[in-house]
Amino acid sequence: MSVYLDHNATTPVREEVLETMLPYLRTFFGNPSSVHSVGRQVRQAIEEARATVASGLGVRARDIYFTSGGTEANVMVLMGATGTKQAEQRRRIVISSVEHPSVLHSAKELEKRGFEVISLPVDERGVVSLDHARQAIDDRTLLVSVMLANNETGVIQPVAEISSMARAHGAWMHSDLVQALGKIPVDVKGLGLDMATVSSHKIYGPKAVGAVYVRGGIRLRPLLYGGHQEHRVRPGTENPAGIIGFARAMELVLSDMDQGVMDRVEELRDMLEQEILKRIPHIRINGGGASRVPNTLNVTFGFVEGEGLALMLDAQAIAVSTGSACSSGTLEPSHVLIAMGMPHELAHGSIRFSLGRMNTSEEIMETAQKVARVVEQLRSMSPLYEDFTKSGMDFGSYLVKVGSDDEKSAMEE
Amino acid sequence: MAGFDYSPKVMDYFMNPRNMGELEDADGVGTVGNPTCGDVMRLYLKIEDGTIVDARFKTFGCAAAIATSSMVTEMVVGRTISEALEISNKAVAEALDGLPPVKMHCSVLAEEALVAAIEDYHERSDGRDK
Ligand code: FES
Repeated sequence: MSVYLDHNATTPVREEVLETMLPYLRTFFGNPSSVHSVGRQVRQAIEEARATVASGLGVRARDIYFTSGGTEANVMVLMGATGTKQAEQRRRIVISSVEHPSVLHSAKELEKRGFEVISLPVDERGVVSLDHARQAIDDRTLLVSVMLANNETGVIQPVAEISSMARAHGAWMHSDLVQALGKIPVDVKGLGLDMATVSSHKIYGPKAVGAVYVRGGIRLRPLLYGGHQEHRVRPGTENPAGIIGFARAMELVLSDMDQGVMDRVEELRDMLEQEILKRIPHIRINGGGASRVPNTLNVTFGFVEGEGLALMLDAQAIAVSTGSACSSGTLEPSHVLIAMGMPHELAHGSIRFSLGRMNTSEEIMETAQKVARVVEQLRSMSPLYEDFTKSGMDFGSYLVKVGSDDEKSAMEE
Repeated sequence: MAGFDYSPKVMDYFMNPRNMGELEDADGVGTVGNPTCGDVMRLYLKIEDGTIVDARFKTFGCAAAIATSSMVTEMVVGRTISEALEISNKAVAEALDGLPPVKMHCSVLAEEALVAAIEDYHERSDGRDK
């Protein structure tokens, strides 16, 4: 039996979604911009999909623009907002330090182009600091972008509070809703958002489709130039099957939530947390003190390295992801865990379990057992664990020591 | 996961590491840390008449780090100290049918741990001679 616990990375396409998509790959192949009926029927289906996505978010259909996914939507907002008239006067962008790389790297690029970027810190639970937000958001601020739920820890951010600060200063508020959609109720109006990002493949839809909500009256400068599609904000022939699948996935995931699917997922997540805590000493639940989306559990296992842990679990047919530096390709540990003040050594041993609608309690029990076995095996190989057991220290004081060692070496650098 | 491909041999040495553990009566122990990603390797050597007769390791690190530590313990046994010092990180990586480029630094850790363990052995025996 293989257990998939990486739903924050991506989800499988639901059968019902695939069924809705297939006719638009087989039969209805028309170009939605054509005048003939072959094209027009596809146009109509796209507009229905737009209405579905809009109503799922509680906004007007004409304020929804389809994109190639969450990354494009985020980049469109940051780059697009800074290409507007407002940006001539307002030169400050405020983001959080735990945003998706598409926001972080766009912000870095904007800094090069002369904007002032302020990155809000998070506390040790991973929650964005409201005090810092209050100080950062001022009358020169063009755009504030803070995600609703973090992909690694599942921590929910105080977006409504921050958005009222933005409004008070006439700044635009954007939120990346990718990890929140389908997991917690998302009310774009209630959150006071001017712009929002959603993605299809995190909600059991196809990959490479997403959407951005842009409140009427805001005219983003486009990233692409070409045809008149998506009001010229996002030109290029649409991806009908993708868009239609995305809309269906959204409908289904929201009705799932109404029917308590996420409550069941939350029970399983809590069960996994309890079972792991029961079986394995010297661990820490990251973001555990904050409110989290119901499907995500991020754990640091002291004295072990995450890539090894994830690979060993994979060999036992359990799919998870890790914030370890070793697995990152750039050898940088997770920026989210580092922003939470976690020493490098502990970010190393972090594993993210992200559950989905099809997981069962048997899978969860099996996972807890296997994780316990693998952690024990890796600890028996770990010189750090050897030193720890010989030192007679408890894990709490060990964490404090590692934290201060880390600070020292950071100062030396 | 960054999606690098480990050779079957790396996976084998990672999943079933040879010579993993401590050597209680080691003659030289070397512990080195990896500044790139923060990992730690410890190598234990048993040395008789200038020849390495046994080796063990413990590693806190990725699959490549564990596999290279394990491989180096196999490569040193039966060699004299000077022969052992000639083992390069590249040789260890080659013995594992290669490593992904981002993982070459992990094999450096194995080479350094070996040097550190031999240095430790020299220090100890110098102390004993005096
Ligand atoms: S030891 Fe960290 S990447 Fe290999």
